[in-house]
Amino acid sequence: MINYNKMIFELSNEGRVGYSLPRSSFNNYNIDDLNDNLKRKSELLLPEVSELDVLRHFTNISNKNFGVENGFYPLGSCTMKYNPKINEEMASNKAFRNLHPLQPISTVQGALEVYYNLQKYLSEISGLYEFSLNPFAGAHGELVGLMVIKAYHQDRGDFKRNKIIIPDSAHGTNPASTVVCGMEVIEIKSNDKGRVDLESLKAVLSDDIAGMMLTNPNTLGIFENDICEITKLVHDAGGLMYYDGANLNALLGKVRPGDMGFDVMHINLHKTFSTPHGGGGPGSGPVGVTEILSKYLPNPRVKKLDDYFYVENSGEALGQISAYFGNYLVALRAYTYIRTLGKENLKMVGRYATLNANYISKALKTAYDLPIPGYCMHEVVFNGLNNKDTDVKTLDIAKRLLDYGMHAPTIYFPLLFPQAIMIEPTETETKETIDEFINVMHKIAIESKEHPEILKQAPTKTPIRRTDEVFAAKMMIFSYKDYLEYINNRG
Amino acid sequence: MSKLVEGLYYSKSHEWVKPLEDDVVLIGITDFAQSELGDVVFVDLPEVGNTISQEDEFGAVESVKAASDLIAPVTGEILEVNEELVGEPELLNKDPYENWLLKVKLENPDELGNLLNSEEYAEFIK
Amino acid sequence: MFKYFPHTKADVESMLKTLNISSIDELFKDVPESVIFNSDYDVPSYLSETELRNHFAELSKKNQELTLFSGLGIYDHYQPAVIDALTSRQEFMTSYTPYQPEISQGTLQYIFEYQSMIQTLTGLEVSNASMYDGATSAAEACFMACGVTRRNKMLISSTLNPNTINTIKTYLNFKGIEYDFINENQGEIDIEDLKQKLDKDIAGVIVQNPNFYGIIEDYSNFSELIKTNKSMFIISADISTLGVLKSPKEDGADIACGDCQSLGMPTAFGGPTLGYLATEKAYVRKMPGRICGYTHDLEGRRAFVLTLQAREQHIRRSKANSNICSNQSLMALYVTVYLSLMGRNGLKEVNNLSYQGAHYLYDQLIKTGKFSDPFNKPFLKEFTLLTNISKDTMQTALLENGIFGGVNLDIFGDKYEGLVNFSVTEKRTKNEIDNLVKVLEGLS
Repeated sequence: MINYNKMIFELSNEGRVGYSLPRSSFNNYNIDDLNDNLKRKSELLLPEVSELDVLRHFTNISNKNFGVENGFYPLGSCTMKYNPKINEEMASNKAFRNLHPLQPISTVQGALEVYYNLQKYLSEISGLYEFSLNPFAGAHGELVGLMVIKAYHQDRGDFKRNKIIIPDSAHGTNPASTVVCGMEVIEIKSNDKGRVDLESLKAVLSDDIAGMMLTNPNTLGIFENDICEITKLVHDAGGLMYYDGANLNALLGKVRPGDMGFDVMHINLHKTFSTPHGGGGPGSGPVGVTEILSKYLPNPRVKKLDDYFYVENSGEALGQISAYFGNYLVALRAYTYIRTLGKENLKMVGRYATLNANYISKALKTAYDLPIPGYCMHEVVFNGLNNKDTDVKTLDIAKRLLDYGMHAPTIYFPLLFPQAIMIEPTETETKETIDEFINVMHKIAIESKEHPEILKQAPTKTPIRRTDEVFAAKMMIFSYKDYLEYINNRG
Repeated sequence: MSKLVEGLYYSKSHEWVKPLEDDVVLIGITDFAQSELGDVVFVDLPEVGNTISQEDEFGAVESVKAASDLIAPVTGEILEVNEELVGEPELLNKDPYENWLLKVKLENPDELGNLLNSEEYAEFIK
Repeated sequence: MFKYFPHTKADVESMLKTLNISSIDELFKDVPESVIFNSDYDVPSYLSETELRNHFAELSKKNQELTLFSGLGIYDHYQPAVIDALTSRQEFMTSYTPYQPEISQGTLQYIFEYQSMIQTLTGLEVSNASMYDGATSAAEACFMACGVTRRNKMLISSTLNPNTINTIKTYLNFKGIEYDFINENQGEIDIEDLKQKLDKDIAGVIVQNPNFYGIIEDYSNFSELIKTNKSMFIISADISTLGVLKSPKEDGADIACGDCQSLGMPTAFGGPTLGYLATEKAYVRKMPGRICGYTHDLEGRRAFVLTLQAREQHIRRSKANSNICSNQSLMALYVTVYLSLMGRNGLKEVNNLSYQGAHYLYDQLIKTGKFSDPFNKPFLKEFTLLTNISKDTMQTALLENGIFGGVNLDIFGDKYEGLVNFSVTEKRTKNEIDNLVKVLEGLS
């Protein structure tokens, strides 16, 4: 199975069908009646494959993938926790799946109830007044949150404020979203404890600051313990505070972003609230705001009057950032997760996640370089091996982990540490799994001394070995058509 | 050890300048720059006839893991662009001093005074 | 004890002992006391799985599945059973973004196959790995046009879906990009107005096909005008219709965008769907989103890998083409599986059956005398008619009969007063269509 090597197009044989459509009832109409200059002339390079072959093909390539249910997935800042199957069952419910977004409100009260209640639960958990579930992903939520901040200032007639303060440890989407929103980035350096340097912050505060984006715990997994002073400084300077919710898992049950002084935030439902990563989406990035900012949330809005849910398109809102309600079925999964945990269990998430990360931190610091001493939160960052007298890089360590049947942690992020390894176990792992991971990491550290060539050659036990990325970038083969040309030219 | 060439001017953003005659110079990236980038897969350069301004961005060099802006070490009109780099960007890794990027007519030869010599650059990249 | 928290009391004690602390809360000592949340969240108590199922059964009763004669970007097309069987595989569903290609060939391969299919449907050279939805994809296409041409103004066709227009406006407003609208005439773009508005500031022109009214516009004369002006031509198209209609490439487009919901995805109350974005290789470095490329591993085996990452936010940060990180990856698998099953013939048949049903409905509605066609233009599976039937009367009658659609377009603005949109797919039977006509013909 691991040797399966075909592309779907290569299974194609003319005349095969993999579909069954109803018979035509209206033979006096035909699409060929359309004027020729409206019809396509070029042939379609689509495969003709039998139903069974389609199933085999995708089943076989799925066997070359590694999911959360295959093994440990300690990707820092991704929160690869268990994706509950009950969520999938609820999301497959036809009474939700088959709804059209424009249907009369009276026929979608159940759908709106789920959506509205999720908005409320997220408010509760985050300590912010109101949420919009429209953004499709975390980065999208960042963009929308920044739009809210900009709209707020402009509404007050303050057009000077167009700069956003971002720590150098921030995720790349932070500065990127700022630019997409038409604002400028003011980057400030972290101190040697990996936290926001208050003096650097004070130095950039002025009347052209719209706000500051912060992740807390930060991308090093460390809690910004000066947070109250940071938010006060920014507020006093007239700016708003944006909370990047990527690391919210550490805080569930312990701290609410609203209580720390944040005005706007986004949550990654596909991280903290267990919805599946899908190989890169669909996720969901709800945006929460304080009361005075709520009028700027995007359309459409879902509201409630007595027991009735309705949809509103408020004129004061910043407009639409999606065609409809965002990734609705993703929100439904998050709702299911919150109902499954309930208030009793939600409050333990942060605790268990943090316990697991600290346990790993202590166990590994004998072999791996822990740049920031002290407790971490839900994730821990190492800067490569303690042994600096080696050619073995973080990349090699990550690739070798794959040979041991585990997914690599996040590597080379944050940029502050050149050999960064960011490990986030989450709360859904057993102690046995965590101990096994620790053992493997120690084995790899030993291998780095005794047999570094194994690490350099790793992985050797995965479906493929390391790839030629230069070839990919230079040859630019992005489609089957490109591939055929490449084969042709190669001769 | 990063390779340096005597007689060239260097900028802090890792470009080099080689004076030819008549206030015409060649511009390229240093060995340090190409080594930091890794295998170069693409070079984005402006067109002949355009002007570049000292300290302004004029293009980019892209590798698999990074993309670096090219910062103009001098001001002037572009006389020639090294077309070879379009098809073979890896030439920059092979020899970053042989494989220049642009040939430029200097607008203000005094600007060369703002740049570093090879010793100063060697200190800088330490 | 809770099923998602595996730690036993003994586990916790052992770990605390290793850490030399007596309670987990000691790990939070760096957190200022003033922000510690000491109470319970005001959310409901937990539900067991059985109770949860009951809860959803109750919620389901408050929803009503209707016979859908509505479109406007979300269509009720046939979803083969195979799709769910494959997309629910945990290897696809729970895996992360394929940054470690050695253990992500499943994801990378279906993305490559998806890109290939979008490539052939649009005719343009390269598709990315997906965007969020058709509306945001259109907005990012506008950004692309500005990035490539280094101009700062867009021309937007008035016949775009208003949801798309509104999304584009929000994005352009915040980025500081200007825009103007191309007037419509008889349900189509007024080409004379376009000619007037094309000037040296225009980065790009974006149109939709079939347009918001369902009309298939003839864009054959557009590309030359736009190219002469050195602007970019963007066509937003419902991807399913590209199985039969002129491709964006054949129309001379530089960028194609739109939504892929019509390729095997449920209506899903609007999401998740998937936005596609395709362009020519000359512009690929200005294209946002992930791109998968073909390569080999060090043993010479065929391999797929994310490539040209130097355009993206995690490398370029504030200089990235876009801020997009997660996209709609698993939805791309829906597309790939759907098109693998349908092939070009199945896709053509889907469009033909939809065409037939739509044109039959159209003729029957006109026959009732209650509807007229203000445009008289060619359409595929969706069309817009004018009626004097009161909106309330019509919607009440439709609902009573378990139908949704015709949709009164004035929900999108007063300019659409009196206009009603109908959409017919291969799923609508003759009985359903006849029933719809019967319901409407008696109304006033």
